Amino acid sequence: MTARTASLWQIRQPSVIPGFGLALGVTLSWLTLIILIPLSGLVWRSSALGWATFWELATDQRTVNALRISFGTAFLAALINVFFGVVLAWVLVRYRFPGKRIIDAMVDLPFALPTAVAGIALTTLYAPNGWIGSLLTPLGIKIAFTPLGIVFALVFVGLPFVVRTVQPIMEEIDKEVEEAAATLGANRFQTIRRVLLPGLAPAVLTGFALAFARGVGEYGSVIFIAGNLPYVSEIAPLLIVIRLEEFNYPAATAIAAVMLVISFAMLLIINMIQAWSRRRYGYGA
Amino acid sequence: MEVRVQNIRKEFSRFPALNDVSLDIRSGELIALLGPSGSGKTTLLRLIAGLESPTEGTVYFGNEDASRKTVQERNIGFVFQHYALFRHMTVLDNVSFGLTIRPASRRPSKADIRKRALELLDLVQLSGLEKRYPAQLSGGQRQRVALARAMAVEPNVLLLDEPFGALDAQVRKELRRWLREIHDRTGHTTVFVTHDQDEALELADRVVVMSKGQIEQIGTPDEIYDTPNSPFVFGFIGQSNILPVRVENGQLWLDDRSIGVSAPGEADGPAQLYFRPHDVELLDGCGGCIAGIVVQTRRVAGTRHVELDVGGANTTVEIELPPEKATSDRSRLAFRPTRWKLFRD
Repeated sequence: MTARTASLWQIRQPSVIPGFGLALGVTLSWLTLIILIPLSGLVWRSSALGWATFWELATDQRTVNALRISFGTAFLAALINVFFGVVLAWVLVRYRFPGKRIIDAMVDLPFALPTAVAGIALTTLYAPNGWIGSLLTPLGIKIAFTPLGIVFALVFVGLPFVVRTVQPIMEEIDKEVEEAAATLGANRFQTIRRVLLPGLAPAVLTGFALAFARGVGEYGSVIFIAGNLPYVSEIAPLLIVIRLEEFNYPAATAIAAVMLVISFAMLLIINMIQAWSRRRYGYGA
Repeated sequence: MEVRVQNIRKEFSRFPALNDVSLDIRSGELIALLGPSGSGKTTLLRLIAGLESPTEGTVYFGNEDASRKTVQERNIGFVFQHYALFRHMTVLDNVSFGLTIRPASRRPSKADIRKRALELLDLVQLSGLEKRYPAQLSGGQRQRVALARAMAVEPNVLLLDEPFGALDAQVRKELRRWLREIHDRTGHTTVFVTHDQDEALELADRVVVMSKGQIEQIGTPDEIYDTPNSPFVFGFIGQSNILPVRVENGQLWLDDRSIGVSAPGEADGPAQLYFRPHDVELLDGCGGCIAGIVVQTRRVAGTRHVELDVGGANTTVEIELPPEKATSDRSRLAFRPTRWKLFRD
């Protein structure tokens, strides 16, 4: 343990790879320029509000609802993506079938497509008079212009994150591990549940974190399908834009600061779980 | 348990990997499948395990036809070259795995499973490491965990696929001796695949030499080394020299000289003479011998290896002499094989 703490202080380890100073310098300057300065600007502006004002703005009912919708739908969409993303990655890794490459390429489409286009397309489909929406309306199911529609849009934009993080790890799974489980008497279901999925956990968690983060920040596709009813289907990023258009900068900053804190906390927790599981399973490190 | 392999044939997309292979393994025996890569030894092992299914033929466990059973039903222990441990499980969980997944009716209690796993870890000398993860173990330790895991299910037969192949020489030697000890103590019928002849000859009760999808010879290590029954086995096991000779009236001739070796009952005609470098006697004169000019000498541990040019079509042979027998390059040396075998094409 003492050796460990000591090495923490010795930042620069002797290495045969040259250029550590330069590389770290570039990294830090870049991070500062791109991430740190804008974010600290945000924190600085919101701190100028004073605690009481900030708290009042942050606990405004409309703001709270918008935050709840943003994080709630993003969380739900990421969960759905984890399930279907893993299935999709499994199919792409494990089976050979005609059209596999096309499906593989299609997974990336949400990356490339302008999200507004996706939002409009989804709205057209799920609106009460759309192809799918018109079939669901008689059943009493409303998707477009409800939080459910937001989840649909976020599932769409988040899918590639899960597939693309899980796929390479799945490809690395040694066939022998499955055979070992079989020789020990495990049936297929037991092999998948007890041997394969736990091994994928760190990758699935990464995929979840990415899809979730993307969902929280998503704007383009959501505003078309959400209907944007205050208190019901209005997401936090939209509320920020609305406040900005009202020239209500303090409120916009306050919402942004709250989002920043929550996002940072969640990503930190996910990263910590990941580091822990990685250390355990001996990946990386 | 006895394992019988009967007239097995296996094709991988029309390419024959095994061709009419039959093998009887006695209960409690330690058998080595030895052969170069592509000889079908691993395929045979995987067929016994049920990880492959034969194109034709049957595998019996005792009197039961096992070929219709799945891997899971065969109750075997399999050890892979690259360990194939479950890396998200502790050593203890790895070893217990086979027992914990049994249906409730056949599953021992939690305490019993733990006890059994700890006993096995003790047997493989890994006591105290049960809470570690595979990533925290050395290669040799991992392979021992793999062996304990395979033994936990009380397998009918223990199958090991190049178990020491990924380890370095020192660890390999240690584990080899240790595997023999474990086998003697537990008495599991064991089959292991190897391409390392030292490993096979040192460890096994019987060695099965395979080549090109067929069994060349089955025998004890002594039989395999001392009386190889085919040119392949002679060439594959240990060092050997091959000389093209002629048989005339029961005498062997190299080019135009008799080499002083008689082969009574052999038909006249050309043949290949096989002999080992150490099965030779040096002669002073040469009235019936193989004579050659020293091309190169090498001192290897306790012996001196001498390479001789024996004339003819630039044929060289290598013989082993005691190290005190100093020879200089270009000097002449006469010898005669004391043990040898003739093969004809």
